[in-house]
Amino acid sequence: MSLWEYANPKKFMQTSAVVLPIFAVFALVTLLTGLVWGFFFTPDDYRQGATVKIIFLHVPAALMAINAWMMMLVTSLIWLVRRHHVSALAAKAAAPIGLTMTVIALITGAVWGQPMWGTWWAWDPRLTSFLILFLFYLGYIALWEAVENPDTAADLTSVLCLVGSVFAILSRYAVNFWNQGLHQGATLSLDAETNIDNAFYLPLLAAIAGFVSLFIALVLLRTQTEIRRRRMQAILARERLG
Amino acid sequence: MPDLGKYAAEVGIAYGASLTLIVMLVIVSWVRARRMRRALQELEERRELNGKN
Repeated sequence: MSLWEYANPKKFMQTSAVVLPIFAVFALVTLLTGLVWGFFFTPDDYRQGATVKIIFLHVPAALMAINAWMMMLVTSLIWLVRRHHVSALAAKAAAPIGLTMTVIALITGAVWGQPMWGTWWAWDPRLTSFLILFLFYLGYIALWEAVENPDTAADLTSVLCLVGSVFAILSRYAVNFWNQGLHQGATLSLDAETNIDNAFYLPLLAAIAGFVSLFIALVLLRTQTEIRRRRMQAILARERLG
Repeated sequence: MPDLGKYAAEVGIAYGASLTLIVMLVIVSWVRARRMRRALQELEERRELNGKN
């Protein structure tokens, strides 16, 4: 069995119909576990107080904002190289989810930054690259809506996605590239010395698992919708031609 | 309810705004999926009645 089989819309619809409910249930369970555990059963941080509870939303949302764009990059490349429609539609389906995750990361970052840094916003490398990523998401979605021919729209948005990937990568590594600004380095680390305490780490892992599986479930659902929309447009176009 | 002390507003806004956005995203995605499924089904049924494929 080849991965390319799923580029066939029929095969994709059959497989996603089975897989989607599994991811949806897993997302609900892990998201509830992570957020309830994080909000109700974690201690205050000695320095940040109760604001540390924002980590269970901010980190998973920021992670998904970047990774959604990376997923769009992969599917856009597949479209450009192999012309599989499902991959272009999956990229289109992922964009509003990535945009929502970016907005959540920006809002939670601002309300966390205000009491900790004394400001809602700073032109810090990570914050700025995230704002640019947000604008790229808006531009990407607007471009899909603006171009009537779906194949041309897929071509143009794929190129935009390649350009925007620079900022998606910058958002992730900005702290390492420029050792300046207010934002701290990576929250999660394989080094036990620098990783956050298990009291926060375990619920954070559950919340991340919840955000990842929610993203997968929503991408599957929205890709199904896009495939159906495309089929409907094709039928109507055929009817118009008589 | 945990005691959020002087940061209750910040934590409340973060959770309130994020959960609202997530729930809205899920609802909008689900409603659009349902509408599109039904519209395509109706179109295909109509074509079947007219003897087209």
